Order: sequence, then C-alpha cells, then structure tokens
Amino acid sequence: MSTSYGSRERPSDGVELYAWIFMRISGVLLLVLALGHLFIMHVFNNVHGIDYNFVVARYGRLFWRGYDLAMLWLALIHGLNGTRTILDDYLRPPVRGFAVKSLYGIGLIFLVLGTWAIIFFQPTAGRMM
Amino acid sequence: MEVSFKILRFDPQRDARAHWEEYEVELEPTDRVLDGLEEIKGRLDGTLALRRSCAHGICGSDAMLINGRNRLACKVLVKNLKQPITIEPMRGFNVLKDLIVDMEPFFAKYRSVQPYLIEKDAPPEKERLQSQAQRERFDDTTKCILCGACTTSCPSFWSNPDYVGPAAIVQAHRFIFDSRDQGKEERLKVLNHGDGVWRCRTVFNCVEACPRGINVTRAIGEIKQALARGKV
Repeated sequence: MSTSYGSRERPSDGVELYAWIFMRISGVLLLVLALGHLFIMHVFNNVHGIDYNFVVARYGRLFWRGYDLAMLWLALIHGLNGTRTILDDYLRPPVRGFAVKSLYGIGLIFLVLGTWAIIFFQPTAGRMM
Repeated sequence: MEVSFKILRFDPQRDARAHWEEYEVELEPTDRVLDGLEEIKGRLDGTLALRRSCAHGICGSDAMLINGRNRLACKVLVKNLKQPITIEPMRGFNVLKDLIVDMEPFFAKYRSVQPYLIEKDAPPEKERLQSQAQRERFDDTTKCILCGACTTSCPSFWSNPDYVGPAAIVQAHRFIFDSRDQGKEERLKVLNHGDGVWRCRTVFNCVEACPRGINVTRAIGEIKQALARGKV
C-alpha cells in the first residue's frame, strides 16, 4: 500500500488528458468511417465481388486512400491506447513497462506497414486484366 | 426476529489470515446492522472490532461491506437484508483488525487535493457572497462524509492503490466549482495525471456505493471536462 501520495505534488505532463481527448474525437470519427466502410464493402457491394480490380479502381482516387489512411491511423491508435489502458490497470511494474513498450512496438510495425501499403500501392498492369 | 450474521474476522496478533465467524442475535426488524454488530460486541463477543461514532449516517465511520455491497451499517435495516448478513471490511485498504481498516492512505489522498478554501486576494470585510446558482454548482459534492465507501468499491483503486480515488476527487470538485475559491489550478494540476481523474474508467460502483447519493462519476466527469476545456 502506497502512502507516499499527498506528501508531494505529482508532476502533470498532460499525456493522459490528450489521450482522453483523442479517444473521444477518434471514437466519433471512427463511427462515421467504420460504418461507411461497412456499408461500402458489405451492403453497396457484394463481398464476393471485391477483388484486386476493385481495390485498383478504388485506389485510383486519392480520396479513398485518404479515407483508408485515416481509418487505419485512428482505429489502430484508438485500439492501442485502449489496450494500454487495460495493461495499465492489470499489470504492475516491471512487467507493465515491458508489455506497454512491446505494444507500442507492435503498433508501430502495423502502422508503418499499413501506411506503406496505402501510400505506395501501385496497380500491376498484368493483374488488372 | 432472529438475525444471523457472518463476519469476516481478523486479529493480526492471533490469525495468519482472515476467517468467517457466525453469530445469531435477537433484534427488532427495524433495527439496523449497526445495532446487530453492537449486540454481538456487547453480549456475545467483546473482541469484535469496528468503528462507529454518530450512528446516524453523518460521521461516516461505519462503512463496511454488507452482503457484498459497501454500505453504512447505521443506515441499513436488518429486515431489508438477506440472511445470513455477511459483513466484511472495506476492500483495498490494509485491515488493522476485523472491520477496522487503515484509512491513512485515504486521508493522504484527501489532503493532496487541498480540501480547504484557497484565497489569493485579501479577505473581504464582510462575508464572501455567492448566488444560489453558484452554490448549486457544487451542491452535490458538499454532501460527502468521507466514509470511503466510493473509493473502496472502485476497481481502479483496487488494482492501483496510487489512484487518488473518487472520494478525494469529490472533495476537489467541491472546491474547484466553488465561485469563492481561487485554488482551482493547483487542484486541477494534482488531478491531471495517470493516477488522478484519468484513472477513472466510469465503472459507476462509486455512485452505487455512496450512502449520501452523490453522483460521483458525474463529478469526476465534470473535472475531466474542465481539464479538457482548460477552464471551469
């Protein structure tokens, strides 16, 4: 049981405040983006009809790359921050620090891979046939 | 009526770990749990240790886990409870003996939010005036009796004893939203970190536990909003 609390003022870096604001804003945006994604992929289009050519046609327009990029970043960071919160609740140092750093590492890899795929995707002529 | 109690007992000088003991006492249906505990302590087993003071729901001394929920023993009638009535000390604090827990960490957190009027201007000649609307702004959080029922029902507190806890936040709210107070910035700063208001996951256990009916989660939410907006 910690009894140090109250004997000194805790430094306030504001990280948790920004994380809280981010969770709310990204949550609202994701509601729109993810529902839009759901309707486009599963209602307006048949999921069996979605193939490489569909993606090529879609990614021909900058708008859809931006749409997917926004969804990737917001959803991934939103999810990572939620998981960080859970780890923070259930784990104790030093395991907590290791788990959170691993989480950031894994998150960064997926963020880079996803961003790479969205930005640098080039249709291959041969496969468009 | 015959009332059976099942009490979690722990004597640090005698017991390696807590154990349950059962008691049967004769009470009126309109008697409270505290009356039952005093009957046990007075007539059956004088070694039972518990805190009580006013016995009328104001001093906040006798908060305990009654049938699995944090309640004040002096505010619950035995006729309204399923038997046997289980009694445990509040969770999350070190048990000193039986139902008495070490409240010092709780009061250290209480002190950390500076729960007193802070005034930077020179004191006025007469009283500090306040409109009814200004008073209404923090009315709910003035009702806190520091019993600890909210903090010890909070899962975030159970997993992180460093969490400042709902009770201290309620006390901070009482002054942050008081138009006469000038210490808002310091208090908001104390609460703006991972073990401050941001540790609250809006579980609402505190609201359910509060014997004074304070909407604790709402108060915490208002402080979060004040921090996000940068103004009260």
